[in-house]
Amino acid sequence: MNPLLRVNGLSKRYGERIGCADVGFDLYPGEVLAVVGESGSGKSTLLQLLSTRLPADAGSIHYQITGRGLVDMAHLSEAERRWLLRTDWGFVEQNPRDGLRMNVSAGANVGERLMATGARHYGQIRATASDWLARVELDPARLDELPAGFSGGMQQRLQIARNLVTRPRLVFMDEPTAGLDVSVQARLLDLMRELVTDLGLAAVIVTHDLAVARLLAHRLLVMRQGRVVETGLTDQVLDDPQHPYTQLLVSSVLQV
Amino acid sequence: MNTIAGYNFAYLDEQTKRMIRRALLKAVAIPGYQVPFGSREMPLPYGWGTGGIQITASILGRDDVLKVIDQGSDDTTNAVNIRRFFARTAGIATTEKTEDATIIQTRHRIPEKPLSEQQIMVYQVPLPEPLARLEPREAVTRKLHALADYGLMHVKLYEDIARYGHIASTYDYPVLVNGRYLMAPSPIPKFDNPKLHMNPALQLFGAGREKRVYAIPPYTKVESLDFEDHPFSVQRWEDPCALCGAEDSFLDEVVLDDAGGRMFVCSDSDYCTTRQAAGHTGSQSPVAKEAA
Repeated sequence: MNPLLRVNGLSKRYGERIGCADVGFDLYPGEVLAVVGESGSGKSTLLQLLSTRLPADAGSIHYQITGRGLVDMAHLSEAERRWLLRTDWGFVEQNPRDGLRMNVSAGANVGERLMATGARHYGQIRATASDWLARVELDPARLDELPAGFSGGMQQRLQIARNLVTRPRLVFMDEPTAGLDVSVQARLLDLMRELVTDLGLAAVIVTHDLAVARLLAHRLLVMRQGRVVETGLTDQVLDDPQHPYTQLLVSSVLQV
Repeated sequence: MNTIAGYNFAYLDEQTKRMIRRALLKAVAIPGYQVPFGSREMPLPYGWGTGGIQITASILGRDDVLKVIDQGSDDTTNAVNIRRFFARTAGIATTEKTEDATIIQTRHRIPEKPLSEQQIMVYQVPLPEPLARLEPREAVTRKLHALADYGLMHVKLYEDIARYGHIASTYDYPVLVNGRYLMAPSPIPKFDNPKLHMNPALQLFGAGREKRVYAIPPYTKVESLDFEDHPFSVQRWEDPCALCGAEDSFLDEVVLDDAGGRMFVCSDSDYCTTRQAAGHTGSQSPVAKEAA
């Protein structure tokens, strides 16, 4: 099987400081990769680099474009890259306020990608949006309400619906469950696991929460000071951590 | 009329006019694209048509006949002042007749009478960027234009239908020019949008404060944005014009008394008076009133 995403030697420096250094991995279709590590370890920088929001200093990102094979993202034109970003890719922000358009209704939020890719039938856009609200367990009756009236967990689910409406193959998530209370977190995780399996999504999830990684991810990338210190299958890394930092991380999880 | 001494023909100096004409040539070459230009300070405030005046000044020739309308009318303050401004600074002939004019500077309306290839329309534009209300960053809107990424405009139209049941924009209704650039047609009512399409006249747009000009060359495709199941439509009135009986013109509501009395009359004053002179009457015409 061919990888969906192939990353080699990705590096980014912020002046003297290292954002992330020499990160490389392959991501296969339908695979969920979690990037864990402490705050400031370069997780979010890595995600910004992967989603081409931030230009890398060194390294390459290849993506499997349908019908074109593995393509170096650096060789795509800006128009092609933007097209990819709103059709084949999704990006779920940590704070739903950054990923949603707060001044338009939930329906318009979900429909935006459809309209950006050429949908021009109001009734159909609306029906699709309503369908997706139901899929992320939001009441379709709230289609015309502004996201500001939604709770944090609902906003996060709305953001997920907005990203998945074009059936992307690859989704980036930046701490999708941070800032939500535990019961809401559990439901969201449940939902995400279901969607990922149903749609065969590949995902890169950045999190500092090992429980999230354990539940969602097939593979784990442990980062520290901008470098990958350990990588492997999730259960393997969490049950038998090799690197001293990973051991510290795993043993720091509070037990109830 | 004698021109005022000490000013160049049509107020602006020749170098400035050349600069504006260069911008206009570029605008005509790329229909709907907003071309930046060095907007000058004019002897009237921003918002009063400084963009339109600078365009008119730079394209005006000694043989041109100028008509200026504001809300369709030739006799409102803005129209009278701008007309007099050019009569004094350029000594050119002015008219109120649409068919006699070679240049028509306008705010808010396109004349009801069809224009010809010999005419140039000059629009005064307050906000040239159609996406400005949706995306305040100009660096971003420019990129959206460059990539023809106009989904955002449809989000606004979607939101209108979701909220009001129909597309609620009634003026400055966004259009796609020549299948490429999204353009704000200045605050004309959407009633006038179909007139932009395949118009034989050259149409120039000037925004003085925002320092942009853009153009629709003659016979260019201009499409109003809509949804397949909510197609673009123009305003309709139940009554014809109360003075000339016209059923095909844009009507203004005029309050007659404080007891709910009102009438609808053509906003295009030249069109209305021409029809009245030709014997057309409406419900409020002096003739009809005498008969009643």
